[in-house]
Amino acid sequence: MEPITRIVAGAAPIDRPNVDTDQVIPARFLHKPRDGTLGRYLFHDLRFGPDGVPNPDFVLNRPPFDGARILVAEQNFGCGSSRENAVWALHDYGIQAVLAPSFGDIFRSNSLKNGLLPIMLPPEVIHGLLAQLAETPGGTIAIDLEAELVTLQDGTSHRFEIDPFMRDCLLNGIDELDYTLSQMEQVESFEHRYGRRNA
Amino acid sequence: MSTESQVGPRTMFDKIWSEHRIIERDDGQTLLYVDRHLIHDGYAPAFDSLEERGLKPRAPEHIFGTPDHYVPTDTRELAEIPDPERRFMVESLMHRAAAADITVFGLQDRRQGIVHVIGPEQGISQPGLILVCGDSHTSTHGALGALAFGIGMTEVTHVLATRTLWQRRPRVMRVLADGALAVGVTAKDLILTIIATIGTAGATGHVIEYAGPAVTALTMEGRLTLCNMSIEAGARAGMVAPDEVTFAYLAGRPYAPTGRDWDQALARWRALPSDPGARFDREVVIDASRIAPMVTWGTSPQDAIPIDGQVPDPDAEPDIERRQGMVRALAYMGLAPGMALTDIAVDRVFIGSCTNGRIEDLRAAAAIAAGRKVGPEVEAWVVPGSRPVKEQAEAEGLDRIFKAAGFQWREAGCSMCLGTNGEVGRPGQRCVSTSNRNFVGRQGQGVRTHLVGPAMAAAAAVTGRFADVRRLVAGA
Ligand code: SF4
Repeated sequence: MEPITRIVAGAAPIDRPNVDTDQVIPARFLHKPRDGTLGRYLFHDLRFGPDGVPNPDFVLNRPPFDGARILVAEQNFGCGSSRENAVWALHDYGIQAVLAPSFGDIFRSNSLKNGLLPIMLPPEVIHGLLAQLAETPGGTIAIDLEAELVTLQDGTSHRFEIDPFMRDCLLNGIDELDYTLSQMEQVESFEHRYGRRNA
Repeated sequence: MSTESQVGPRTMFDKIWSEHRIIERDDGQTLLYVDRHLIHDGYAPAFDSLEERGLKPRAPEHIFGTPDHYVPTDTRELAEIPDPERRFMVESLMHRAAAADITVFGLQDRRQGIVHVIGPEQGISQPGLILVCGDSHTSTHGALGALAFGIGMTEVTHVLATRTLWQRRPRVMRVLADGALAVGVTAKDLILTIIATIGTAGATGHVIEYAGPAVTALTMEGRLTLCNMSIEAGARAGMVAPDEVTFAYLAGRPYAPTGRDWDQALARWRALPSDPGARFDREVVIDASRIAPMVTWGTSPQDAIPIDGQVPDPDAEPDIERRQGMVRALAYMGLAPGMALTDIAVDRVFIGSCTNGRIEDLRAAAAIAAGRKVGPEVEAWVVPGSRPVKEQAEAEGLDRIFKAAGFQWREAGCSMCLGTNGEVGRPGQRCVSTSNRNFVGRQGQGVRTHLVGPAMAAAAAVTGRFADVRRLVAGA
């Protein structure tokens, strides 16, 4: 995995709560191969009409938000199914971070494993940011993963927290599975004890 | 993150968690040992990444699989899946499992079914185990007193390769259901009420332990329905303490222990329930005696109301964000505020899924269907949760009751719960469903899903609109 330290990009508002993973990528695209092009199914039924024509009202179809690489969302973003395809679709589309007051648990952990930053900020910060995006669209947001600091387009900075283990993996491009494979001796000795207890 | 109480009374979750802890890092990440891994036909990407790394499943004897998401329910012939990409999903599971010596119950196997139905049915899911599956409704298996939760594809690859998983310790919420459920009210109505009470994010970051007289009074199948929808309340796992109901259910199942092993397992299982006085991070109390049969009106499982209720009015909602959400949901659902639920006509009925596709669910639906006819405008399907459920239902003559009433009697699979196999409704259709999610587009683009229990679904099928099943039972 490529190390991630800093993201500077434009942001788009997804200003509704409980955006479930069925919205992020509808189930009928789940069998599509993971070939780096899943971005075309991102928010498919919101982004396109039934005829496949882009919906001009959807935020990612409107400049300047069409170039956004950060999403600003409402509470419980990514609730619903465990489909990692939701993260792959965001990633393939080019989204690098989602800022929200809260996330679905499985979505959040899937994001971290794919280098997509799920950044939790207090609801009032998110609401302020949504207001800024509405008033002056097109500004950029800077995310410093090392310092766990996000700087909004109005210049204010806010602390966030990412699980330290995952943060370490992201900053250094460490693969979790490789790390575990280096610990297999401990797993085996545990397994031995466990097997005896539960035999 | 809560810290574990090493001494003093412990919760059932505490006991299972500490029993499976291999490594605990200072930052709180814990490497857990995984007892059982269930797999299905959405697993192609995980096997691909395993292969890319030159790895193999580390403990194939503890992995069990079945195709469910992509299988057609009008045939058992793989070759008849018209879409090659979908057919590939099923084929790839079968090939990968065979190559890795993983037990898999294929389309022709008499044990095939929805992964969360067959785990308990075959005795693979047992008390005290950590069980995972790349599917969020893995919470179902917690009904047996296991810690069972859904994981993403990267985590799946990790479990396949190492039989372990990194997790942070979640908090524990106890939901106490006091009193007794009234006649005609089911586990589905109980869980919909819980979700409507705490909201779809109500238990985020938590594991739920369901307890109280209304829970212990449930059959194992009712408990499976209850735990199944924990994820719709935001919880990754739900659990019920194992008791005599659990043990009687498990005894004699194909993968359950036998003889001396059974006696030893029983001794361990009896020690699992939360100790008296164990502390929970949160507690919610529900009065089960006041629950009526529930129906969802909107596009979130928390939008559940009693059958004798009316579609809510957004104008009565003070919170602007919630009001806007309600307006959007009503527009999608094609409903107006104040409509009585019993005035709403339906187009389709789907009885099945890992929530309500077990034998007791089919019996409850058949009891309503018996001697009645599906409404002339309604297309109604019964999709058993597994092949054993289907065979049991046929042995009891339930298939004949359904067919006589005008229901389609189909083969086992996920089917219209998610529609990944292509079985979806048409835009604008109103579908009454015993499944677990009423999200926008879940059962097909533009399809309007209403979640209910199985008898309520049958009642809607035979009356052509939502109906209070309690009246039909009374013969009124
Ligand atoms: S029945 Fe529905 S919820 Fe259950 S595993 Fe299948 S698709 Fe998922």
